[in-house]
Amino acid sequence: MTPVISVRGLTKSYGDFEALKGIDFELCAGEVFGLLGPNGAGKTTTIEILEGYRRRDAGEVEVLGADPATAGLDWRGRIGVVLQSSAMYENLTVAEQLAQFAGYYEHPRPVDEVIGLIGLEEKRDTRARRLSGGQRRRLDLGLALVGDPELIFLDEPTTGFDPGARRRAWETIRSLSGLGKTILLTTHYLDEVEQLADRVAVLREGRIVASGTVQELVGGALATEIRYRRNGEFVVLETDEPTRVLHELTTAAIERGEELDGLEVRRPSLEEVYLSLTQAEPE
Amino acid sequence: MRLFRHELRSQLRLYGRSRELAFFTFALPLIMFFLLGSVYGNDRIKAEGNVRAADYLLAGMLGYGAIATGFAGLSIMLVIRRESGILKRVRATPLPAWAYVVALLCTTLIAFALEAVCMSAIGRIFFHTHVHNLFSLALALLLGAAAFTTLGLALTVLIKSAEGSSAVVNAIYLPVSFLSGAFFSPHSFPAALKAIANALPLVYVIRLVRDIAVHNQQIWDRPGDVAVIAAWGLAGAIIAARRFRWEPQEG
Ligand SMILES: Nc1ncnc2c1ncn2[C@@H]1O[C@H](COP(=O)(O)OP(=O)(O)OP(=O)(O)O)[C@@H](O)[C@H]1O
Ligand SMILES: [Mg+2]
Repeated sequence: MTPVISVRGLTKSYGDFEALKGIDFELCAGEVFGLLGPNGAGKTTTIEILEGYRRRDAGEVEVLGADPATAGLDWRGRIGVVLQSSAMYENLTVAEQLAQFAGYYEHPRPVDEVIGLIGLEEKRDTRARRLSGGQRRRLDLGLALVGDPELIFLDEPTTGFDPGARRRAWETIRSLSGLGKTILLTTHYLDEVEQLADRVAVLREGRIVASGTVQELVGGALATEIRYRRNGEFVVLETDEPTRVLHELTTAAIERGEELDGLEVRRPSLEEVYLSLTQAEPE
Repeated sequence: MRLFRHELRSQLRLYGRSRELAFFTFALPLIMFFLLGSVYGNDRIKAEGNVRAADYLLAGMLGYGAIATGFAGLSIMLVIRRESGILKRVRATPLPAWAYVVALLCTTLIAFALEAVCMSAIGRIFFHTHVHNLFSLALALLLGAAAFTTLGLALTVLIKSAEGSSAVVNAIYLPVSFLSGAFFSPHSFPAALKAIANALPLVYVIRLVRDIAVHNQQIWDRPGDVAVIAAWGLAGAIIAARRFRWEPQEG
């Protein structure tokens, strides 16, 4: 099957500054792909090149079988976009805004269905300027979905959402992916990635430093941690062979007839893996 | 075409909704006309062939309305939309760029047509103005307003930020209106100021409108003025087509 997005050797500089130093990845149909990375890593640069807004310097990029730099109007009808900063007509109501954008597409979703998806039923007839920050962001998501696109780019879509709204947005994104839509998402919320993404890539200073499923990332990167308390002090062991180390530790304790106080075996969280990937000194 | 009609309807609604813009470009010229007309509308202007001042003023204010609505209003609105990222967002949809731009220009022209009608009505009711050759007059106003809309598009290229837009635009179109004799006869202006005015398009629009409405000529009697106005409009269109930006400055 041909991938929905394929990126090979993509580079981009702003003046002397190399924002992307050659990145590669692919997205298959129906996949949710998470792009992670600290501020300035190059996430928005990447996503806007794929959306056709920015020109690349080098590399091959194919999105829905076309080069985004030259793709036409039909191609744009098949993608949905949430930009990092929200923008909308301040003087239109939620429903009017969605109806205006719906009119640009061949087969839009019904406006009221979209309003339901983003949970703004009560604000249906409120003008955008009177929405709260999170409500605006939800409308942003709605505007990306109203054309019923098959590929959706979401640049930090849930920033500013309250916890309930975030869960609902996750539900929406999951159901979209259930319908076979492909989704490329950037975020700073690691729980969001754990909840949604089939695969992730971690960007750092314009390079992909890790990629794979969340399990692969968490499993591969860091040692398992074993902690317990001895004489009131924590002892922390880091090991790649937790089974053997734990066995030795507990066997010795049983022989001594001791209890290991506060014994804990921890796999590193995605957050710890992420921090170690993005904060360690580059080799 | 369906897309264009959809967009035109949307743009008309948006225009009606934006109160600041409507006041600034639509109501202000009407108010100015009323005030100036009250001050000297009943005089006769000797330097201009002893015509009634109200008739003379109406023509100038119609030109002022065209530059306020077509040039100033349009460019401020577009810069705000560009810098807030709305244009960028619209670019991500299958709406063709021409449909967006043409719908916006048509909206502006419709707003100006409405303004011209209101202004003529104010003139007739309060100052007993009389205009000649309605058909030629309408053509001349359409030509002038259309030229100012493409110049307005071109001006957005020069403006960097939304904050600066109304300052820049006001600094251009208000002095130009003054120099071009929109508010009173430029007859006694020093030669240097007249020379500057003659290098700008508004003078030609106002002169054309006056020749038609006050001096009872037809638009086809003044091909020179028509050509100058059309050339300005074309220049604006060419600059806009080449350099128009959809994305905010830092994007
Ligand atoms: N238009 C631009 N001109 C110059 N430099 C830019 C431009 N856009 C981005 N950059 C630089 O490129 C780098 C990557 O920016 P980008 O916006 O892609 O980061 P990001 O990963 O999306 O960050 P964030 O998490 O803060 O959104 C940054 O160092 C930024 O300063
Ligand atoms: Mg970003």
